[in-house]
Amino acid sequence: MELLAFACAILVVMPLLLVFYHVLREGLSSVNLAFFTQVPAAVGEKGGGMANALVGTVVLIGQAALVGVPIGVLGGIYLSEYGGTKFNWWIRFAADILNGVPSITWGVVVYGLMVVPMHGSSALAGGVVLGLMMIPLVMRTTEEVLQLVPGGYREASLALGISKWRTIVQIVVRTALKGIVTGVLLATARIAGETAPLLFTAFGNLGWAHGLKEPIAAVPLVIYNYAMSPYPDWHRQAWAGALVLLLLVLFINIGVRFLTRDRFQQKI
Amino acid sequence: MPTTEQTVAADRAAERPARLRAGASPLGDRAFEWLTLIMALSVFVLIAIIGYELARGSTLAIHKFHWHFLVSSDWDPGNDVYGALPFIEGTLVSSAIALVIAVPISIATAVYLTELAPLWLRQPLIMFIELLAAIPSVILGFWGMDVMVPWLHTHLFPALRGRLGFLPIFHGPDYGHGYSMLAAGIILAIMIIPIITSISREILRSVPGLQREAAFALGATRWEVTRIAVLGYAKRGLFGAVILGLGRALGETMAVTMVIGNAPQFLISLFAPGSTLASWIATQFTEAVSNLFYSALFELGLVLLGVTLLVNVLAQLLLKTFAGPSIKPQH
Amino acid sequence: MATANTPENAALTVRNLSIYFGGNHVLKNVSLDVAAKAVTAIIGPSGCGKSTFLRALNRMHELVPEARMTGDIRLFGDDIYARGIEPVAVRRRVGMVFQKSNPFPTMSIAENVTVGLRLNGAREKKFLVARTEESLRMAALWEEVKDRLHAPAISLSGGQQQRLCIARALAVQPEVLLMDEPASALDPLATSKIEDLVRELKRNYTIVIVTHNMQQAARISDFTAFFYLGELVEFGPTPKIFTNPSQKRTEDYVTGRFG
Repeated sequence: MELLAFACAILVVMPLLLVFYHVLREGLSSVNLAFFTQVPAAVGEKGGGMANALVGTVVLIGQAALVGVPIGVLGGIYLSEYGGTKFNWWIRFAADILNGVPSITWGVVVYGLMVVPMHGSSALAGGVVLGLMMIPLVMRTTEEVLQLVPGGYREASLALGISKWRTIVQIVVRTALKGIVTGVLLATARIAGETAPLLFTAFGNLGWAHGLKEPIAAVPLVIYNYAMSPYPDWHRQAWAGALVLLLLVLFINIGVRFLTRDRFQQKI
Repeated sequence: MPTTEQTVAADRAAERPARLRAGASPLGDRAFEWLTLIMALSVFVLIAIIGYELARGSTLAIHKFHWHFLVSSDWDPGNDVYGALPFIEGTLVSSAIALVIAVPISIATAVYLTELAPLWLRQPLIMFIELLAAIPSVILGFWGMDVMVPWLHTHLFPALRGRLGFLPIFHGPDYGHGYSMLAAGIILAIMIIPIITSISREILRSVPGLQREAAFALGATRWEVTRIAVLGYAKRGLFGAVILGLGRALGETMAVTMVIGNAPQFLISLFAPGSTLASWIATQFTEAVSNLFYSALFELGLVLLGVTLLVNVLAQLLLKTFAGPSIKPQH
Repeated sequence: MATANTPENAALTVRNLSIYFGGNHVLKNVSLDVAAKAVTAIIGPSGCGKSTFLRALNRMHELVPEARMTGDIRLFGDDIYARGIEPVAVRRRVGMVFQKSNPFPTMSIAENVTVGLRLNGAREKKFLVARTEESLRMAALWEEVKDRLHAPAISLSGGQQQRLCIARALAVQPEVLLMDEPASALDPLATSKIEDLVRELKRNYTIVIVTHNMQQAARISDFTAFFYLGELVEFGPTPKIFTNPSQKRTEDYVTGRFG
């Protein structure tokens, strides 16, 4: 029995290793200077790179963070520090439901909300959809981390005559800051790899976007489009993009794991 | 007539630096509470927006096709006629395959991690599983296209056809050359194993030690203890974990799109290409030419939302009633 | 109703205080006067309401969701529960030290001492530095930490952390200092340091201390209040309570017949 369970555990780990190995093998040779500095060549021609997609991903993540982090963190603060048990239960429930909404659905909704009125795809729409997806993620992780802060600190602060909001912001949140940042980073890694919501919002761009109202390229979008295309050179570049994206996501995930191991011990 | 004490106290209060009296806290407190409340209410607003947008976009198609939309297999843009049945079936079947593969493996792994694995092995394994969950869907789909699909075509499908070809699901040609419903099911399984495993792990960990001790005291072997005391107690929670995995599988888009073949059909043979609600929306949205076409896609989105919402609500209720707020659903 | 001194030299006058947590009547009609610049000890078995009583003195019991109070508490004549009086204002005049020391972990020793001042708007560096030294001296901690004021507060030992919390409470110059079993988590050596500190502090501060250690109450307090099941059973000068109590229940408790 034990052997069977062990075999299952190995079976689970295998895809990660297989995927990583394959991405590394296919992508490593194609990650060159051109990849980072050039935009795509004309359709069907060899050469070119993903500079615009790399920048595009950064732009989209930046916008998403502007939307998702303030709303998510402040909402998480409310869940942890205010509210009544019944009311908060419903908020949590709603957030968990939102976390289960398919990513393509988010794309369709923001399409109707922004792309149609604006008569076209835009970087703004892409940033907004990713930001909205971040909200429930960041809200839940923030709440959890704040709940871990011992009540004694709140009491001590209030007993000093410090007002409640200052207690929350300058004592509680400050104590939990590392955990909040971790949650934000993990949410960022999640949305950095999202493709479906961008399909009809950011849409993609073979060149540079000259403003947030234009469609914009993003690494996962390019990987998808290149992968589904018939051009071998685009396939090659898609692997390079996949390698860069995978390394980024793994780096963030492993990085936060390493940082949160660094727990301070309180001397008795 | 004030006493010395009162005078002293009064002097002291007057001497107290003005800075200590500064800070209108009641205003600040109320403002901050309102600010955070409004941010928290955003979740309700978002749910309303999602429902409203999908409903609004679907009205055209709903009025045209009524509920026939759900049972018709006729997807014909040329004649502006649309039916959702193949995609509903594709969604359900691909997710079912994923569950059949993922559930035994996930629960066995969760049991291994909580009960049987040596301590030094647990953290690394857990980390690997969490990293698997972090792989972007499009990269997994790309690997699926490049590695898994050809392998299915050359190795697994012939083997299945050879041994189990008498079953209708393993019957028939794979004219998708590996791009198939089965491919979608396998890749979905890979994607939902981490979630089911990690939640199951937490559920199993929360089983009180007393249950195990009682079983040991009765002379049960290690496996029997696990099976009877732990799994039995955790049944409802584990079911919730499985349902949550199902919810994730139902909504998965990119990886499925890249390996399923994207044909607007549903055949019994798992070797045949097909489509799911999510993959069809993804591939067709940019092809839509008429308002009705768009509306039909919105309605597909509405159906997808309805199905995933139902499943997710069920999962949340199961998990919350089992273990309370201590279990955090992973995504 | 028991009072030990006339209202004129009372720091706090409590009249008919009753506290309810939801349907639970936790404190029943308590009245007493807390003498200024003296140590008043609150003793009694677990669950007798002594912590709740202490927290009513700086309105900390209001943190419990369904708390209600009736009665009157005056701080040097000021009604601390009057309409329009913010709990925050009361707590700047009545400080508190808790059973488990809780210096803020993200701050240094110096930052912890001045946090009450800084988060209420104090900015001047000279003022803060001077107040830091003053408070740490009053808490008998200055000599031990003067060379490492910027070290993390959690790098101190348990006893030192508790004295740091006392310094932190004193820095805002309260008129009354409440202490909720401040030494119960400490070893005997650290405990005796805290007790010496309390004896020193009463020269300038009014102190109310809750303790489950009767000998400690006998050692350091001038007045003692004995609570039982939410009621104030007896209140008086410490020597009298311990050697010649008026109530039988008091006598039973201090002689150890129950606890």
